Amino acid sequence: MKNSLLSFFLKIEPDKKKSPFLHTLYDGFFTFAFAPNHVTKGGVHVRDGMDLKRLMFHVVIALQLCYLFGTYNIGQQHFSALGMYEGFLEGFHLKIFYGLVQILPLFVVANVVGLGIEFFYAYKKGHGIEEGFLVSGALIPLVMPPALPLWILAISVAFAVIIGKEAFGGTGMNVLNIALLSRVFIFFAYPTTISGDDVWVAGLEKVDGVWTASYNFFVTGVLNPVFESFGWATYQNGMAVVDGYSGATPLSLAAKGGWEAVTARFTPEQMFWGNIPGSVGETHKLFVIMGAGLLLYLGIASWRIMISMVLGLVVTGILLNMWDATPAMNVPWYQHFTMGSFLFAMAFMATDPVTAAATDRGKLIYGFFIGAIGLVIRVLNPAYPEGWMLAILFMNVFAPLIDHFVVEGHISKRKSRLTKLANS
Amino acid sequence: MNRGKFLFLSLSLLLSSLTEVSAQTNGEGSQFLLNSLFVIAALVFFAIVIQVSDNLMAIEAKRIGADKDGNHFGLMPRFYELVGTKLPAYLKNEKVIISKKGFDIPLEGKAEAENLKVSVHRFAVNPANFKGISPIPKVVVEIGDSVKAGDPIFYDKSQPDFIFSSPVSGEIVEIKRGEKRAINEIVILADKTQQFKTFEKPDIATVSREELVKSLASSGLMTLFLQRPFNILPHLDVVPRDIFISTFDTAPLAPDLGYALKGQEIAFQAGCETLSKLTSGKVYLGLDGNGDADTASIFTGVTGVEKYYFRGKHPIGNVGVQIHHIKPISPEDKVWTINVQDVAIIGKFMLEGIVDQSRTLAITGAELKNTGYAKVPFGASISDLLHSEEVTGDHRIISGDVLSGTEVSKEGFVGFYDDQVTVVAEGKNYELFGWLLPLDMRPSVSKTFPGTLLGGVASAANTNNRGEKRAFVVTGEYDRLLPMDILPQQLFKAIVVNDVEKMENLGIHELVEEDVALCEFGCTSKQPLQSILRNGLDVIKAEG
Repeated sequence: MKNSLLSFFLKIEPDKKKSPFLHTLYDGFFTFAFAPNHVTKGGVHVRDGMDLKRLMFHVVIALQLCYLFGTYNIGQQHFSALGMYEGFLEGFHLKIFYGLVQILPLFVVANVVGLGIEFFYAYKKGHGIEEGFLVSGALIPLVMPPALPLWILAISVAFAVIIGKEAFGGTGMNVLNIALLSRVFIFFAYPTTISGDDVWVAGLEKVDGVWTASYNFFVTGVLNPVFESFGWATYQNGMAVVDGYSGATPLSLAAKGGWEAVTARFTPEQMFWGNIPGSVGETHKLFVIMGAGLLLYLGIASWRIMISMVLGLVVTGILLNMWDATPAMNVPWYQHFTMGSFLFAMAFMATDPVTAAATDRGKLIYGFFIGAIGLVIRVLNPAYPEGWMLAILFMNVFAPLIDHFVVEGHISKRKSRLTKLANS
Repeated sequence: MNRGKFLFLSLSLLLSSLTEVSAQTNGEGSQFLLNSLFVIAALVFFAIVIQVSDNLMAIEAKRIGADKDGNHFGLMPRFYELVGTKLPAYLKNEKVIISKKGFDIPLEGKAEAENLKVSVHRFAVNPANFKGISPIPKVVVEIGDSVKAGDPIFYDKSQPDFIFSSPVSGEIVEIKRGEKRAINEIVILADKTQQFKTFEKPDIATVSREELVKSLASSGLMTLFLQRPFNILPHLDVVPRDIFISTFDTAPLAPDLGYALKGQEIAFQAGCETLSKLTSGKVYLGLDGNGDADTASIFTGVTGVEKYYFRGKHPIGNVGVQIHHIKPISPEDKVWTINVQDVAIIGKFMLEGIVDQSRTLAITGAELKNTGYAKVPFGASISDLLHSEEVTGDHRIISGDVLSGTEVSKEGFVGFYDDQVTVVAEGKNYELFGWLLPLDMRPSVSKTFPGTLLGGVASAANTNNRGEKRAFVVTGEYDRLLPMDILPQQLFKAIVVNDVEKMENLGIHELVEEDVALCEFGCTSKQPLQSILRNGLDVIKAEG
């Protein structure tokens, strides 16, 4: 099987000179399917089995639980807005399939646009397709609101990859985190689609001043007949939401009414187990922690950044608790872990090695400031009650500066050690 | 004792966190703040009480002299007591340097502790093995000449006194030339019985440094020294600050140098005494402190040298790493290093007046039927050494170890400074999803491989590149593989952009290729770090 596949691949290899674009494309897929037969030359004779593909793929593996729960939660939030199927297993097929209908287009569009641009630039520059977008493409759908219009997603991904990455020289050269750059692009260009109380639950439309369920043709025309044939429940177009419903996230509640307003709507357990509206993949805290644990255990993500980011949040949180001037400041500092996407940002966004600080000491400073600044934005910014995206991008820009000072400090330490030695 | 301390600490931590949790459940808002302040105040109070009693205990221990033999009487366990294992008894009163960094690559094919029966007939001296001499040396022999072991073969044109001598007695059968008439190999067919040129023995006790250098240079033994920075042959006028010798090799499949030197204790001691004449400073010996019992007994008895023990993983056995920890080199310093077996060669020269340029080689690699040791002169023919083995085109023969050795053909010769020959399989095969689901074991620093996760299962590595070259992406991985206070990634980036000042400031002069070879092995982006470093060193050297 393996040999016939290999010979098939080797047979269809396009000519590099005649059709360079096809060859780049072919090379990308071929090296994905088969580890190439290159041997070491000139330096070490034996190489570590780890390569960038494997590294990136393990991050994608760590994200899988978030994908699983994100898919379910899109449906769960949709139906809980309608006051239906509140239990975990009630209407399970409806929730899962509704989630898939929302998340698959996000995933496909993000990856087709992003990878398409990567392939094009790889061909233009004449190098192999690099793996950078493997993780970005998996992260982007998870940080978006579930009902984001796909054309906006496409534009934002294109912006992030072209301006954020390829303009700087491709994988490994970008200054800003690609997934967050695409999100922040939407945040500034199309703010109504990514902020406010109305965007975090999919499938609701305002008809005559009332939010009602609205499904596209695929749901009513394809899924409904299938479910009917099994005798299962189906999607009902035009259902109104329950009285007094609001799609507000815990964070926007906290910004307006503090911890009391949050607990009036959500319990801390509910926020931990992810049954809240929010971006697709960040709501289930345990799954995010498990993903983070996997990355730490395998030594892929930096524990320094994670620890110092937690520390930054705790210190700032305690200080804000002490100040206690606005409602948002009275949210107990330890509850900030379960509200919003701190853990997701900590595990998967801040630890991006390309955009984070490169030195060990720099990572501690970098993480601490993300934790501190992110919480300041979350608590004090009245317009947008979540801070990690902006804090991480902000610190991305400062990471080279942090590294510069760490390196300078290292150099002067080296110098003083040598002079001490010379005098001894 | 330590366990008791640990228990006490964890109990007190548990207690304080319990108090805190109860504070949380009762408190709301500012009430909670008040409670946490109370907890902190209580913790501070307890910490002060503990600290004071801790100091009192230490003072008491000092007063009655109970802390003399290294026992620690404080209440707080010291950091190494919690994380590190206790030092074995033989290291108690020694200078020990411990490093947590590095990685021992587990490979199959370690040399068995037995001498292989090999008969080597052809030897070669290759001027390309020597760095830092003028490009084309002056050859003083012709094809057909017969030479004795120790007779000059060629000399460096910039230093005519610097002789490169023949390792064996025999007939010059071939002088291979390369591009621009560069000399590649001078091949000698060895006599059945070896004849040594006899030199006038310098008396170790009375000889002056000048005479000693002259005598070593004329016999070809100065070639055994390498000068840092740059790892080049020393200039005869240079007086090194210190001389460093590493008595153990931690590279993959490296020879057991204690085994290699067995029976040469006297020559080794004489060699060490000779070295201390050559330097204005000291001779430093780096010993293996990894064992639970003293394994390096040949070296522990040596006198007249400074001994340091090293505990850690590869590359802790590299002399460059040891220099860094004992007495680092500044850009102006010049220090010499020498292979531990070559010290005995110098000792033998001082004792007997002959130049016996031979080393015990380790013949290693999972692809070989028999691994083991063989004592042969320098530059032995590979095909003679591996006579009983079937080495085909699917194998790669390496003179040296798999990290920093040189690829040689079957018709080639062992490199001048190498004490190891390794044979590994070429990895010229495609692997279906090989990057994700490897079917065979492979060495890796990463815990994503089950072999590493299980604690270093040895594997028969091959030469597959394991992926394609990429830009620097992962940060911090080199730091974990280089047990020196150097920022490797920043240094490599400075070399790539040719920032000379930064290279010097970041300590490029402390490194040679073998020190960063492990970083190159573990590099996720498959960067050629050794050649990057050599480019940087060349730039620095050209700058003067």
